[in-house]
Amino acid sequence: MKIGKARVPYLLLLPGFAFLFTFFILPIINLAQTSTQTPVAGGDTGEYEQSFAFSNYINAFIDNREQFGRSFLYATLATIFALAIAYPLAYAIAFKSGKFKNILLVLVVAPFFTSFLLRTVAWKQILGEEGFVVPTLRSLHVISEQTTLTSTAFAVVAGMTYNFLPFMTLPLYASLERIDPRTIEASGDLYANGLTTFRRVTVPLSMPGVVAGTLLTFIPAAGDYVNAAILGSPNTKMIGNVIESRYFKIVDYPTAAALSFTLMAAILILVTLYIRKAGTEELV
Amino acid sequence: MSQKFKDATIPSIPTKARISRWFGRNMLRIYMFFGFTYLFIPVAYTFAFSFNDSGKSNLIWKGFTLSNWQNPCGAPEVCNALGNSIKIGFLATLFSTILGTMIAFAIGRYKFKGRSGSNLLIFLPMATPEIVLGASLLSLFLVFKINPGFWPTVFAHVTFCISFVVVTVKARIASLDPRLEQAAMDLYANEFETFRRVTLPLVAPGIAGAALLAFSLSFDDFIITNFNSGTLITFPKFVYISAARGIPAQANAIGSAMFFLALAIVIAIQLVNRKKAR
Repeated sequence: MKIGKARVPYLLLLPGFAFLFTFFILPIINLAQTSTQTPVAGGDTGEYEQSFAFSNYINAFIDNREQFGRSFLYATLATIFALAIAYPLAYAIAFKSGKFKNILLVLVVAPFFTSFLLRTVAWKQILGEEGFVVPTLRSLHVISEQTTLTSTAFAVVAGMTYNFLPFMTLPLYASLERIDPRTIEASGDLYANGLTTFRRVTVPLSMPGVVAGTLLTFIPAAGDYVNAAILGSPNTKMIGNVIESRYFKIVDYPTAAALSFTLMAAILILVTLYIRKAGTEELV
Repeated sequence: MSQKFKDATIPSIPTKARISRWFGRNMLRIYMFFGFTYLFIPVAYTFAFSFNDSGKSNLIWKGFTLSNWQNPCGAPEVCNALGNSIKIGFLATLFSTILGTMIAFAIGRYKFKGRSGSNLLIFLPMATPEIVLGASLLSLFLVFKINPGFWPTVFAHVTFCISFVVVTVKARIASLDPRLEQAAMDLYANEFETFRRVTLPLVAPGIAGAALLAFSLSFDDFIITNFNSGTLITFPKFVYISAARGIPAQANAIGSAMFFLALAIVIAIQLVNRKKAR
């Protein structure tokens, strides 16, 4: 009976983990193998053999360092903008919305019930030549006749900011909502003014939400290529666009695999550093 | 005289102060207004252009029509893509909810060797960029000479949905009051009965929420789908492909309908919860 009981968790885990092993771990291992392959001499396109060519990584990185840099720059900017937009929003919902709290929370998530791609295409058309924004700004002489809003880095970053906003807002809201209002009262009792209370009590207590939100925004943003493909131009290509075209247009699997691994490693390193910094210096 | 002079000038100062005080007090509200406007602009645009009498390319406003709503399959590819998305979403939700709930119970309810390793295995797919997940699965399918298509896409979706199901259901399990189950045991329910009549009903809302989340993740996924679906077209893929020449207005109608449907579901859940809380 006791032995039987000890087996229960493993039996529960077995099917799910077998699935994850087959469709997550195995593919990653396979991707690692692909990344060091080279083309078969005299073979067809798309035919590769293992030759442990670690130089694939160096070549892939050197050829695409611009796109790598852009991916991390755009993702960082989008994360910062999303934080700047989402924090006051989450704060207002958590503390100032009274009985409308649940409705407002639904409204934050609601836009994301419309397909991600439809919304991105909508932005493209709103900000595009036929939309109403560009002609209006031109007639007001805010932008010149030649300036466009789409096909720019600005549009790509704006699109990413918009699309990943709920991933920022929801964790922020969750951590702000959990703050005991008595801690804020106590701060007031100790003669802290509103700003000081916000800076020294509210912000530090909401740090878990900030960390979770920035990660949930940054990781998908760094690997994204949809915003760059729809809202950008060839000059705003990110590493995701390169991986996609290596797979589908050029059928260069090893380079695509090497790029994927480099991206994953870079993200993991950054995330680890970030968590450590946020964890030791700000959380405690 | 001097008194009168003062009376005439003073009111302008409090007005200013009142305005700035009003702004100070309502700053967050004003901010919220702009924030929500920003959030809803593309949704409103999509909805508005679902009434556009546009013909093939839905880029410029040409006139009002209801035909896109009356006949959403007027562009047959749209409906075909929608059907594929719903089928894939349904299957991915079913599998990932079952597998994920089992894992959540194991991790949430038992102490066992390898528990922290299990947590890591759940966390990793969420921390992996979608493009890496999609690319790695495709290269596995290529090695085993499996053609990308319907089932590879379903399995790919299950892979990334499981983790989200585990996290959601685990949170619900963690919030349960253990005394309820103890009470059931005290009333001579055996373990199975306690699970079936106390634990499972209490966790059920978490499982339902996880299933909704899984469906919406699967339905809206593009990157992983694009890698593993081959020639199969899903709804997001259809939008992506036709983005360059303008998507047909029927896609706007379907997208807007999905929005209202999801909104109705969420509001219904909120109302049920409120009734229960009373």
